[in-house]
Amino acid sequence: MSDSKPITENEIDDKGIMAGVEKLSPEKIERVINEVITAETGAKLKVYVDTCVHCGLCSEGCHYFISRDRDPKFSPAGKVKQTLWEIMRKRGRVSPEFIKNAAVVAYTQCNLCKRCAMYCPFGIDIAYVMSVMRRICHKLGVVPLYIQDTAHSHSVTANQMWVKDDEWIDTLMWQEEEARDEVSNLRIPLDVEGSDTFYSVIGPEPKYRAQLIYQAAMIMEAAGESWTMPSSPGWDNSDMCMYTGDYEMMERLKKVHFEAAIRLKAKRIVMGECGHAFRSVYDMGNRALGWKMPPIPIIHAIEYYHEIFSKEKIKIKKKFDRPVTLHDPCNIVRGRGLHHMAREVVNATCKTFIEMTPNCEHNYCCGAGGGVINCGPPFKNERVESSKAKAEQLFAAKAKGAEVVIAPCHNCHGGLEDIIHHYGIDMELKFLGDIIYEIMEIPE
Amino acid sequence: MHDIYSLVTGPLAWLSFALFLGGSIFRFTSLYRLAQKKDSAVFEYMSLRYALRSIAHWLTPFATRNMRLNPAMTVVTFAFHICLFIAPLFLFAHVILIQESFGFHFPTLPNAVADILSIIVVLSCLFFAGRRMFLPEVKYLTTWVDIAILVAVAAPFFTGFWVYHQWAGFQTMTLVHIFSGELMIAIIPFTKLFHMFLFPFIRGYIGSEFGNVRMAKDW
Repeated sequence: MSDSKPITENEIDDKGIMAGVEKLSPEKIERVINEVITAETGAKLKVYVDTCVHCGLCSEGCHYFISRDRDPKFSPAGKVKQTLWEIMRKRGRVSPEFIKNAAVVAYTQCNLCKRCAMYCPFGIDIAYVMSVMRRICHKLGVVPLYIQDTAHSHSVTANQMWVKDDEWIDTLMWQEEEARDEVSNLRIPLDVEGSDTFYSVIGPEPKYRAQLIYQAAMIMEAAGESWTMPSSPGWDNSDMCMYTGDYEMMERLKKVHFEAAIRLKAKRIVMGECGHAFRSVYDMGNRALGWKMPPIPIIHAIEYYHEIFSKEKIKIKKKFDRPVTLHDPCNIVRGRGLHHMAREVVNATCKTFIEMTPNCEHNYCCGAGGGVINCGPPFKNERVESSKAKAEQLFAAKAKGAEVVIAPCHNCHGGLEDIIHHYGIDMELKFLGDIIYEIMEIPE
Repeated sequence: MHDIYSLVTGPLAWLSFALFLGGSIFRFTSLYRLAQKKDSAVFEYMSLRYALRSIAHWLTPFATRNMRLNPAMTVVTFAFHICLFIAPLFLFAHVILIQESFGFHFPTLPNAVADILSIIVVLSCLFFAGRRMFLPEVKYLTTWVDIAILVAVAAPFFTGFWVYHQWAGFQTMTLVHIFSGELMIAIIPFTKLFHMFLFPFIRGYIGSEFGNVRMAKDW
């Protein structure tokens, strides 16, 4: 907590943004903006910006707006006003100062959660407009330092966390060894050709949360899954380049990931509990590569858990007995409608399930999504303050008796952890995998 | 006076219709061409079923969460849009004009009803203007063009009401009424009023994305 610094409107304490802005000139801004607008956008952006009737009805859709005492600057259309409206109106003739503010708005004041698209009467996709702004900022070299660092890591290592090739294999072997204390013949199968399941995770799993790989291996073992992980790059399904606006790198990352699974002749990819990675493989990355749908069947962990419970591939000792509530992550709920399956898995594994409201498609974002948490300490205080609505939602679920928050997404974990800590909510956070591992019968 | 009357009911009327039709066709075709060239993915993901599902929800009062969160706005918006179309199209005086000019006739509204519908339109515009002036999140977004459009929409109804009741200067007001109506029609393709044609496409696209790809509701 001590490393986080508050920011004010006039003082932006981010070296990435500041260094980028210093190198800008009005000519460069105009040239880059017009390149992006003419080469990369079309009728969609034009129609969105031209059609918005400034009714303000999208405001209710945004947790920033609600959390920041209904400050108009934080309403979805208010953010478009500070970015693309002005840019389109002035045909790119905006100042470096304008770009500085626009970068802060686009990268740190919007989680790209698409909730506002469900509140705008026209269904204008403001997350798309913010993504265009990020794309412009990326091409101008004005990107928050911390998220740019993860993008650099993607460029160098094809994973988000600077994990070296040998460290990856070493981590898997370490987790396999640990798990063998419980199940003596357990394997984390590497590079097995023709498996049913290619399991991929995000960079932070081997880096910080290696026990999740352990748990996944136990679940796969218990379910009798024929599975594998790759020993070389392609194991990381995460994608911060998608959020910085570096679409060229996004394409390369997705290609490496899809091709790793295809090279091993896997029948499908199963992903760990991550939301943004799902958006990247199912929505943005595959499309950028020209695939209408992913080139190989790909399912999120929730779908996998749902499968093993509905096909009774796994036995449980007894249901998890502390009351739980469920956080619906944007990218797999508004991105894939997995809220029904998630509830079925929760009901199959937990004794008492308490809904938080609003829920399902209308759930509030954790505040971390869209790469906002990845913008790091300079924006942390503002991010947590902008999650007051989420905190109130959690307090309400707690008042109904919920002790544990299940969040089947890594970014949500990061965001909710900060909210729980900052607002003193005293709830425990878990992945669905944590619950399943805790209650399942360990195979012999 | 008579010359001006001839002007507004003759050439200006035709000019207004021409601008409306020509402008709308131009904007449509240019946007369609641009979309084909640059947003071909939009066509790939369009789904008639889910587009209609979304449009139906957003055209049904209180069928969406946001409409329930803003009951006053919902009632006013629906009343406004319905009256905006019904009042001028089925007004007795307009139907007579159409019959005299083009020879076909369709049902008319009782004058008292048309009167009420016009009042609803004007009051709705006042409500919208009030939102623009007093609601911070709307005020922040409001430009002079937004206010001008509200005036342009309210004017034909306000002046029509004036003329029907034959208040002072109603003859001059008749000219203002006709001109303001023509102006409103003519600016549709060139302003945010064009949302009347774009609504089904924007809504339909996000409805298709949500329904067909994201398997989620968008209301």
